[in-house]
Amino acid sequence: MLHEPAAQAGNDPASEFKKKVGIRMFIAYAVVYAGFIIINTAAPKLMGRQIVFGLNLAVTYGFGLILLAIISGLIYNAICTRKEDEMEAAEKNGETNE
Amino acid sequence: MIYNASILPIILFLTIVISVLTISILSARKTSSVKGYFAAGGNIPWTVNGIAFAGDYLSAASFLGICGMIAMSGYDGFLYSIGYLAGWVMALFVVAEPMKKLGKYTFTDALDSKFNSPAIQLMAGISTLLVSIFYLIPQMVGAGALVTPLLGLPHYVGVIMVGSIVIFIVATAGMKSTTYVQFIKGGLLIVFSTILVGMLLYNGLNKDVSDDYHDFVELTAVMNGETVSDIKEAGYEITGELSDSKGYFIRLKNDGYNNWWKVSEKGKISEALSIVDSKEGIKLYNGAPIEEERFYPVGHMSKVIVNGKEVEATGPLNPFSYLSTIESSQVVRFEKYGFTFEDEHVSIWYQEPTSGSEILRPGLKFKVDKGSTPLSKLNFVSLMLALFFGTSALPHVLIRYYTVPSARDARKSTILAIIAIGFFYVLTLFIGLGAMTSGVLDVESSNMAAPLLAKSFGSILFSIISAIAFATVLGTVSGLIVASSGAVAHDLVDRFFKVKMTDKRKVIVGKTAAVSVGAIAIVLGILFKGMNVSFLVGWAFAIAASANFPSIIMLLFWKKTTAQGIASSVGVGMISAIGIILLSPSMFERYGLLASQAIIPLDNPGIISIPLSFLTLVIVSLLTQKKVKA
Repeated sequence: MLHEPAAQAGNDPASEFKKKVGIRMFIAYAVVYAGFIIINTAAPKLMGRQIVFGLNLAVTYGFGLILLAIISGLIYNAICTRKEDEMEAAEKNGETNE
Repeated sequence: MIYNASILPIILFLTIVISVLTISILSARKTSSVKGYFAAGGNIPWTVNGIAFAGDYLSAASFLGICGMIAMSGYDGFLYSIGYLAGWVMALFVVAEPMKKLGKYTFTDALDSKFNSPAIQLMAGISTLLVSIFYLIPQMVGAGALVTPLLGLPHYVGVIMVGSIVIFIVATAGMKSTTYVQFIKGGLLIVFSTILVGMLLYNGLNKDVSDDYHDFVELTAVMNGETVSDIKEAGYEITGELSDSKGYFIRLKNDGYNNWWKVSEKGKISEALSIVDSKEGIKLYNGAPIEEERFYPVGHMSKVIVNGKEVEATGPLNPFSYLSTIESSQVVRFEKYGFTFEDEHVSIWYQEPTSGSEILRPGLKFKVDKGSTPLSKLNFVSLMLALFFGTSALPHVLIRYYTVPSARDARKSTILAIIAIGFFYVLTLFIGLGAMTSGVLDVESSNMAAPLLAKSFGSILFSIISAIAFATVLGTVSGLIVASSGAVAHDLVDRFFKVKMTDKRKVIVGKTAAVSVGAIAIVLGILFKGMNVSFLVGWAFAIAASANFPSIIMLLFWKKTTAQGIASSVGVGMISAIGIILLSPSMFERYGLLASQAIIPLDNPGIISIPLSFLTLVIVSLLTQKKVKA
């Protein structure tokens, strides 16, 4: 009783593709994030080095992580939306994509 | 510090309150079903949901806590901004769409979607409640901190007021009104924070912060060996001294007031701020009751250096030159130290001239460089892990995936949230540094840094920023209480205890749960007065990352995951994270003991509790494979 989804999600033929892309992009981001933690703990003095626009590595890396999250999110959305549209069009035409 | 209420903040505060109550009453007319109450009918547009995500997530911890921590400890506070935002990457790439597909109203629904297991319903329901309550504490503390300068009321009145308003919002219309309150608040917060930073950059950096700023005095000591025997300047009498590993402090009597000062190695004595809990039970602020206003706002630049030359003021700066100028200059921070002298507890904030290069890299709060130990580095790593993995495991964030029509909308709203939240977090660095250098800091409450910075630009901006900060608390607390009431009504009463309920009855149970959780939050908000709200939220993240995150990930990516594995993992993650927190140095200080007496020397439990939760899930799942096949 009452356990139905709040909004019914239709069949999503692109879900496997999106999952793979998502994991790869997540791993790439996680590596950059891990680099930030490693530099902070293993070579903290590096964080004080000036990099660009008079900003040191700590600030540049921090802003970079925020910017990278935004850019990679937009790229991920573009890739997923294109695939979803392709798969939906193929489904409508009664074709299989493989 | 003494705060005097004025009429404009009161008008704006009342406007915000009346607006959110109106939204709630209007939304209530359309909210009678379970779907309507817990998931806003599942038809919120992704654009509204994205900004509501930001409104939900940019809590008192982000606006008050992070800005305050940056103002007190520089870049170390910004680490929270980086970690909080990075957690959204995990939410977007890995969790958003599967959670949307698996879930119904609550996070427990998604975990339990393949099993229909009472053990999962119980453990995940309890976990949702606990994480939400831990997250609620800092929001309520923030509310109390805000109401004092805004309305001139005591801390506990602010906590009760926020609790009551939020209970009304949630109990009338659930997720629908909560969404629109969060949407409006998220938008306002970003717009006015941008205006604040714009004004800060236009103002540039100045050595003289304002005409009202207290002129901190420096005296010259007459030394007898390593102790001070007299003061060269007339009118000062030595009435006490204390020397320990933290430094050499002396108490001087001047104009009838006793106050503590710090002695430098060169025999200079610099004025400090102090609060003494006197034997008579009175708190003395710089030797006088608080009403005498001898306890000053602080934070100023001792050297402003542009292109290698010392200047008095920079004039307008762009964002990059603002940061690079701070990096090459010197700021006077106020370090806190506590000790007992003649049976009286003394808290002293002494001047600590700090180079900009130290302020703009980690190390002032989290010891990763000077004075670091393997344990302090482990604490840092533990915090960064919890922030990274905690976001995608916060129940009040996860339930927002059920308010949009499709998985595609869930993804798009997450990306919009990342853009809005990321932009705001960049602003926090400027707001925090602005507060640090503008002579506005109340050392007793770092949480007030952002509103007090706004106050330095006039009462209108202060009133607006404070009112928005108040709305910030309302929006986030509403989301947390919706998540908690869903856990009680849907996960526990309906699914675990299998109490037969009509749609209408279930909404009534949800509303009753909202009132109860709100009442608990009020009590905790009063008890935890004074702690930095971002630090407290770090704990909520650690519990979420330990209790919920391993289960979400393994359910999605490991086919051998069993119901028993998930239930055990949630239980072990929850208990270990809370256990480590309760035995941590910060809690020992809260108990009135010494931090060094703490049983577990870590303040952030994630590095132990997250792997422990993963390990539990794997072992229990492997041990229960046969039962699943049977």
